[in-house]
Amino acid sequence: MTTDDALQLGGVRFTNRLFTGTGKFAANARIPEMLAASGSQMITVALRRIDAQAGQENILEFIPKGVTLLPNTSGARTAEQAVRIARIAREAGCGDFIKIEVITDMKYLMPDNWETLKATEVLAKEGFVVLPYVLPDLPLAKRLENAGAAAVMPLGAPIGTNRGLETRPLIEQLIENCTVPVVVDAGIGRPSQAAAAMEMGADAVLVNTAIATAADPEAMGRAFDLAVRAGRIAYLARLAEESSLARASSPLTGFLDD
Amino acid sequence: MEIIVNGTAETVPARTIAELVAYKGLAAGALVVELNQRIIKQEQWPQTQLHAGDRLELLSFVGGG
Repeated sequence: MTTDDALQLGGVRFTNRLFTGTGKFAANARIPEMLAASGSQMITVALRRIDAQAGQENILEFIPKGVTLLPNTSGARTAEQAVRIARIAREAGCGDFIKIEVITDMKYLMPDNWETLKATEVLAKEGFVVLPYVLPDLPLAKRLENAGAAAVMPLGAPIGTNRGLETRPLIEQLIENCTVPVVVDAGIGRPSQAAAAMEMGADAVLVNTAIATAADPEAMGRAFDLAVRAGRIAYLARLAEESSLARASSPLTGFLDD
Repeated sequence: MEIIVNGTAETVPARTIAELVAYKGLAAGALVVELNQRIIKQEQWPQTQLHAGDRLELLSFVGGG
């Protein structure tokens, strides 16, 4: 059943449905350890002006070949800025994948769906594999699909909050109705929440903070891998129905006296 | 010569991007250079001349989710 359960995205075949991020690790050296332990095949990076005071390690050197890079457009406040960052990332050799992240609200870090749609329209035409990070909204998701998005990435909860699937009913609408893959991004704090997202039919999850800031990111990466696999297998196996009344799993006849 | 580096006006003694990178003591490996909104590949740094008023962005990939 699961032998060919790969996720096709932008011409790449992902046999692991846990996408990860490079933010917030205590040291870059933890990143390849986490990737090896989790088996994650796609990882995000960000682009910034250099900080002369900071070290000059090249984070890309810590990401093994074979792991797909997913540059994000974090820092963009407008569609135009997101488009510019995407073009720079591609020119710099990061490939065609781009996570569009346009944020104008600095309190909750809510994605600006409107600017995100505009950036998607431009970048999909330029041949990018566009993965827009959005607040789950079905009409918007359909517009993103029409604009050529390769997937939609709704948030479960605000970035870095580890609160899980607060937007669950809205994500379920996307899963039910979208033709492109749905990747739950942001807010997933525990492996059990990742499993829950996969059980309800998400195609993948993207987890950064929960892994990077765990006491042992390598072990947490492994835990998330197992959870994502368990959730995916459960989804494919079709969950049994819930019931308000008990339904005996053993025969209801008495054992000896009846 | 005065150019705009990462949004700030600076007087630099460099005539090319390669000279500027050396002047600032930056490691080339991690660096992405945008000159007047055009990416300049590392091979082209030695022959890419700087002119007064140029807008240069010195960028690098960093951790992010």
